[in-house]
Order: sequence, then C-alpha cells, then structure tokens
Amino acid sequence: MSANPSLAAHPRVEDWITVRPDGCVEVRSGKVEIGQRITTAVALVAARELDVPFDRVVMAPARTGLSPDEGYTSGSNSMEQSGHAVRLAAATARRELVARAARRLGVDASTLETREGLVRSRETNRTLGFGELVEDAPLTLPVDLEAAPRAAAREAPRSPRIEPLRLRGLVTGALRFVHDLQPEGALHARVVRPPHYHAALASLPGDLEAGLEGARLVRDGSFLAVAAEDEHHALRAAARVAAAARWSAARGLDDRPISQQLLGNRRESFPVRECRPREEPVPEPPPDAPRTMRAVYERPYQMHGSLAPSAALARFAGGRLTVWTHSQGIYPLRSAIAETLDLSLESVEVVHAPGAGCYGHNGSDDAALEAALVARAIPDRPVLLKWSREDEHAWEPYGPAMRMELAAHLDDAGDVRFWSHETLSDTHVVRARPGAAGPQAGRFLAPRYVADRVREPARAPNLTVNGGIHRNATPPYAFPETRIVKHLVHDLPLRVSALRTLGAYANVFAAESFLDELAHAAGADPLDYRRRHLKDARTRAVLDAAAERFGWAARAAAGRPVGAGAGAGGDAGAGRGIAVARYKNAKSYCAVAVEARVGDDAAIHLLRAVIAVDAGEIVDPDGLAAQLEGGFVQAASWTLLEAVAWDRDGITSRDWESYPILRFSAVPEIETVLVDRPGEPFLGAGEASCGPAGAAIANAVFDATGVRARRLPLTPESLREAAAES
Amino acid sequence: MTKSLTLDVNGASCLVRVDPDMPLALVLRNRLGLTGVKDGCGLGQCGACAVLVDGEPTLTCVRPAADFEGRRIETVEGLGTPEKPGPVQRALIEARAAQCGYCTPGIVVAVTGLLRKDPHPGESAIRAALEPHLCRCGAHPSVLRAVRALARAAPR
Ligand code: FES
Ligand code: FES
Repeated sequence: MSANPSLAAHPRVEDWITVRPDGCVEVRSGKVEIGQRITTAVALVAARELDVPFDRVVMAPARTGLSPDEGYTSGSNSMEQSGHAVRLAAATARRELVARAARRLGVDASTLETREGLVRSRETNRTLGFGELVEDAPLTLPVDLEAAPRAAAREAPRSPRIEPLRLRGLVTGALRFVHDLQPEGALHARVVRPPHYHAALASLPGDLEAGLEGARLVRDGSFLAVAAEDEHHALRAAARVAAAARWSAARGLDDRPISQQLLGNRRESFPVRECRPREEPVPEPPPDAPRTMRAVYERPYQMHGSLAPSAALARFAGGRLTVWTHSQGIYPLRSAIAETLDLSLESVEVVHAPGAGCYGHNGSDDAALEAALVARAIPDRPVLLKWSREDEHAWEPYGPAMRMELAAHLDDAGDVRFWSHETLSDTHVVRARPGAAGPQAGRFLAPRYVADRVREPARAPNLTVNGGIHRNATPPYAFPETRIVKHLVHDLPLRVSALRTLGAYANVFAAESFLDELAHAAGADPLDYRRRHLKDARTRAVLDAAAERFGWAARAAAGRPVGAGAGAGGDAGAGRGIAVARYKNAKSYCAVAVEARVGDDAAIHLLRAVIAVDAGEIVDPDGLAAQLEGGFVQAASWTLLEAVAWDRDGITSRDWESYPILRFSAVPEIETVLVDRPGEPFLGAGEASCGPAGAAIANAVFDATGVRARRLPLTPESLREAAAES
Repeated sequence: MTKSLTLDVNGASCLVRVDPDMPLALVLRNRLGLTGVKDGCGLGQCGACAVLVDGEPTLTCVRPAADFEGRRIETVEGLGTPEKPGPVQRALIEARAAQCGYCTPGIVVAVTGLLRKDPHPGESAIRAALEPHLCRCGAHPSVLRAVRALARAAPR
C-alpha cells in the first residue's frame, strides 16, 4: 500500500488515466481547480511522464462517481497526493504501452523509445501511436509504486513554457463560473438570513407570498429562501421578506474583547512534541532564567473574503439530486448532503464547477446545501442559489482569532537556551468528515435553522501532526530545549473554520517576530542570528537566497545600525525585515524579505519584497511563482488591514468598506527566487509564503521605527498603541 | 411594470424588456448572456462588473440599465475571444496574470479603457486605473507586469 492516501484508495492506472484510441489522454484528479493551477500542474505531470504533447491531455472535471475520491483540496497536499499518483500512474502506463509495442513489433522493449505520443523503434524507425496500442484493449493495470519516473521528464520542465489551462477563458470572460450557469428553466434563489447566529424566526406575515410578484417562498423553521425566474425579482422578493420577517434571539454575540475571551474561557491544553499534540499534562515552564524574554502576539478573526459570493446550482428530479458547486471536497459534501436530505449516496451527484478563489473552507459548502434544500422544495427546476456580498462577509466561517505567548531563556551571548511557544485559539477545522463520529450536517449553516434542527457538533481537539492551532508552532531552529503548547479555547463568539494556512500564519508571525526581538536584544543582525540557530540546510538555503536577492548583506556592510530606524541605502527611512519557515514543518521552505516605510500618519507602505522558495522538484514555475506572490499579497492584506468586527447584534464587517482588503496601490514590487530540487519529491507551496510575509513586514516596521507591533492588523492605531506601550 | 430599452452592446443593438430599476449588470448577464460581466458585490465596491461605456470603465451592478440607453457599451466579450484574444487579453495571458480569474474581466476592461486614452501610462496612472478592482488571489504583481509591458510595447 502506498503512503499516499490517494493512491492507496485508487491503486489502478485506469482510476487516474485513460489513454484514448484517438491518442488523447484523459486525466482524472479528485483535487479541484480553485485558481491555484493544480489542474495545469497535474496535466503537465501526466504529459511529461507519459511523453505526450501537453495539448493532448484533457483534465476531466471532478465529479462524484467518476473522479478519484481525494477528500479535500487543501493543506498544500495536492501535488504530493494527486501529482504523485498521476506521475506513477503515467509512468506505469508508459511502460505498458512500450511493452505492448514490443509485442506488436516482435522486438525487445529495450530497443524502443517514446516520443510525443508515439513508440518508436530505434532500429527500424517504425512507430506506433499510443492510440493504436489501446484500440483493442484499454489500459487496465495496477499502478506500479516503484515505476521509475522518466528521466527526461525532469530535465524538460522549463521549455516550452506552457499556457495554463482555462486562462484564455478567464481573460475573455468565456469561462463560465457556477454563478454563470443558467440552464433552461432555471430559478434564481436567495436566502433571507437572521440578523445573527443565535436568532430564530419569530413571525412572518401569512400573506407574504402573495406580494412577491410570483416569487416562491421556501420556509423550513428559521431557514427562509426565495426563488424566482428573474434574478431581479428574486432580489426584490428577498428584500421584502427580510423587511417583513421578525426574529428573536435569546442571546446576542459575546462582544467582550477577544483577548479576554481567549484567556478567560474554558480550554483544553496539550503539549506538542514532534509537531503532534499529546494527551498528557502540560509541563510547567522552567523558572525564569537570569535572561528571560517574553512577548504576546495576537491575531483577530479574519475572513476568506472570496471575490465571488458563494453559489451553487442544484436540481432535484425523480428522487435524484445533482449539485454543481465550487466546493473543495465533492465527496465529503455529497455525504453531508445525503445525510441532511435523507437521501442515499447513490442518488446524490456532486459536480465541481469553477468558483472564485476560496483560500480554505468558505461558504461554498453551505451554499451547496442551501441550493439542495431549495431544489428539493421546488423539484424539477434547476435552482441557482447565490449568496449576497453581505451573506458572504457575515456568514462565512472565519479564520479564528489567536493569541501566541512566546518566551525564551538566553545565554550570555544572547543565544536561545530554551524556547516556549503557546497558542490559544478556537479550532481551525470544522469541515464535514465522512466517517467521523456523529452527524455531520451541523457543520453546515442551514441545518441549524431548519425546523428539524441539528446543533453544531462540540469542538474536539485536533491531535494530528501539525493540525490547526499548533501548525508551525514548532520552530525550525535547533534550540536546545523547547516547550510547545496548544490550547483549544471553547465557547468563542464567531463561526470559524479553515482559512489558508490555518494556524501557521499567526504562529510564524509570532515566532519570527519574537526571534527578531531576540536578535535585537543580542545586538545581532536578524539574518545572522537566524543562521546561528538554523541547522537545516534547505531552510538555510532559502533564507540565504532571499537575503542575497534582497541585497541584505550589502546593506549590513554599509554600516547600518541594527534597529536604528531611518537608515542607509534604499528609501530613506525605510526598514527591512526577514523571516523564514517551512510550511507545516513538512512542505515548502520559504523565506521572505521586505522593505517598508512608515509614514508620519503611522501608515505602513510596502516598498519591495523578495520571496525565496524550495518546493522540491518544480513542475510549473509560473504557477509556483503565482502562488507565492498571491500568498504574500493576501498575507500582507491580513497583516496591514484585516479584522472581522462584531457587536451584540451581529457581524458589522458586512461589505468591502467595513472590511477593506489590500488594493493595487498598496502592492509592493515582488521578486521570487525559485530554488529547484530536481528529483526531490513535490512539496506543496500554496500556503508557504503567508507566515513569513506577516513576520517580515512586522520586522521591517520595527527596523524602520523601533516600534514592535504585536497585535494584528498593523493599522496606524495599532502602531500608535504599540509605540505608547513600548 | 416593464419597459423596453434599446442597448448598444458590443456593436449590436439589443432590445430588452426589463424593470426600469434593473441594474445593467443583470441585463447583460441574464438577458444577453454576457456572463463575463461578473457579479462580485452588487454594491459598486469591487470592480468585477466593469464594462466600457463610451470608452470609460464603468461599474454596472448598481445603476439601472435605463441610464445606458444611447451609450456605447463594451463588455469583456467584445474585447476578444479565446480563439482571438484582444491585445490586453494577450498581455494578461503572456504574464499569466490571473489565478481564479474572477476579477480578470473587470481588469481587462479597466486596462483597455486606460490604454485607449493613454497608451504610455506611468506607474501611478496604471495603479490608479486598477484601484477600483479588488483581487483576493493576489494576482496584482503579474497584472502590473502585463500592463507595464503593454505600455512599453505601444508605438511612440
Ligand atoms: S459587482 Fe459591481 S462593483 Fe462589485
Ligand atoms: S485572480 Fe482571483 S480574485 Fe483576482
């Protein structure tokens, strides 16, 4: 059995790849395209390994029943699972094609070679197309886990530069997102929501539907939706119903400061060793040493903020339900829908359709379930249910608020003898898990509001290696002694789930900020101080690569006093910061260096960033660079601007004005350095740059101003507060 | 109460019967099938629904279609096709300047509007033209590279 769960569950070539008689190759992946160009990368792996031209590879859309069940597209696992599985399946297929050609030509396989979809005899020059070799018998055989990847597949990668799949459709508006699907007879649906999580429907006028211009009203307990042929009518009907509905709430949202709730609420605590929480008592910290430093860092709730509100299309006919969705997990979603609607798994089909980037568990699955509920109430009509912008902002499951408590004991040289990192947070994983104990429906919104109401399941601590709260709480440095503690805090006020990197962004922000504080306390250059404590060669290599491209050494040599604020070189008054991490302590290595300036108004201006990454063997350099740049920009937005706000009566971050994100004017120049490792396993990179980006920005702000900002986001107010506290 | 409107869209004259307060974006998307006009916020805050109106990048999700009678409307579909992408679209393809691509049609429209007025925009003009456009994937650096390349390549 393979250690790759995707291959273990789908061990045959035909699960992944079909070579068709026309010579095209159909590839099925259970991982879905969410803008991270995974389908392009997997198609490239197949093309290179099989030795067929890229344009002859067809990626089949993910669909339950046809695609391999690969769980969720998450955690930067796709290349290691799907990419790896397809590589071995393609290598096995290629060898089989050569063997068939050898039999057909009556020659020894060693005299044959493949070239662009053909098998050719080196001796006679005779060729056979891959298509001809499967005409009589399609390829059905187990994937050989030992199949040797084609050497040339590793050497060829850079040229010709391939055009990502779908890109033309995107830039011309021709590609249809799920929001754009409007089959014959489709209805447009909207949900009418309570003012906040804890409210229930108290009353609705009995004659309401009559005033809705023919729009249908779907009501089940406190779940309210409208549907109409014309989207504009649906919007108007939703507004009427919202105005007429009366809600009641036994309680509001707890609006005490989140730091108070994180510290004061009931919690479960676990020591973390080798990145895994242990069900053991948490060891007491050793008594303070002569030189002890401590600092507390905080991150607020932050949102996925997908550019498109969530949407889904559903059709219920003849007892069968089909749902088109931008979900990251078509199989887990199918199970949850079947459970909620009391249907058999076989009667539910879930098809992936393009959506906007989601960056984790956003409203996609909720919208799919809501569309299914409305479709069941109005059978035989396709129902396109779209969330409003306000729905998306106020009802998506946010990235949880976190509190990181760091401490270190130092020796006389200022080096770390003991390092302690504790993280307090809500859970980061609330997704439905097929096979998990108990009903899964309560993990979705709608089932909590229907008449036959299901409660949200109680939080259970995630004890997996590098799970949510403790992800990247373990430092990459060779400290003599460490103490890592995870605290799962209960009864926190907002709905949460997985947001890109889970706990890693804030843990790396805290740890790499703290390391910077220690470097300054030791009077050391932050780069040198990191190198002093770093034994791992690949981590050092990305740190050095980023520093070199950034020109870090040159500026140090210019005699710039460490932490002195306005300094030599570059922009006068600009500061520079650097940070490094290996995502999940197991994926890509990434270092980020940033130059930033702080204006008189305490606003931070990012001037320049350098990102260096080692993602193992590189498949698609363009796609890799895009993921790193995108991760930097998103993390810069979290770091500088973002915090979900609420009061007793509900979420008050309800649009892009009350929850701003980074715009074009604030994006710095970004350079990316890709450290290629041909022959090394693929390492996921989609989340690698986020944590180092946040810390590098904070470190640059300190370098520019001498102010250490530990509370995210680093708005002018939070900088002023930090300046006042220091 | 519906009203007949004649709209000039991508060079064709289109007759539609709609509610007088129906936003242009809904008419373009749902009546004319031009779903390259994206639905991002419906509040005039994100830029996803931009089209060119008499050459000016304009948001369409709030203002009623009735306001646009007699104006020349161009959507992203009017600026090129997958088989024959227009110059801005080609530059974005070359720079790989889209991730999920939901913001991309609005960006194509904004850049086209900018370059028609000023084929050699400087950095601040480029950023100002793109400022109304949100992109959550962080495709900004590659978009900026694409537009700078277009500005450099434009004949003097
Ligand atoms: S959809 Fe029009 S600006 Fe957002
Ligand atoms: S590419 Fe996804 S929002 Fe811009």
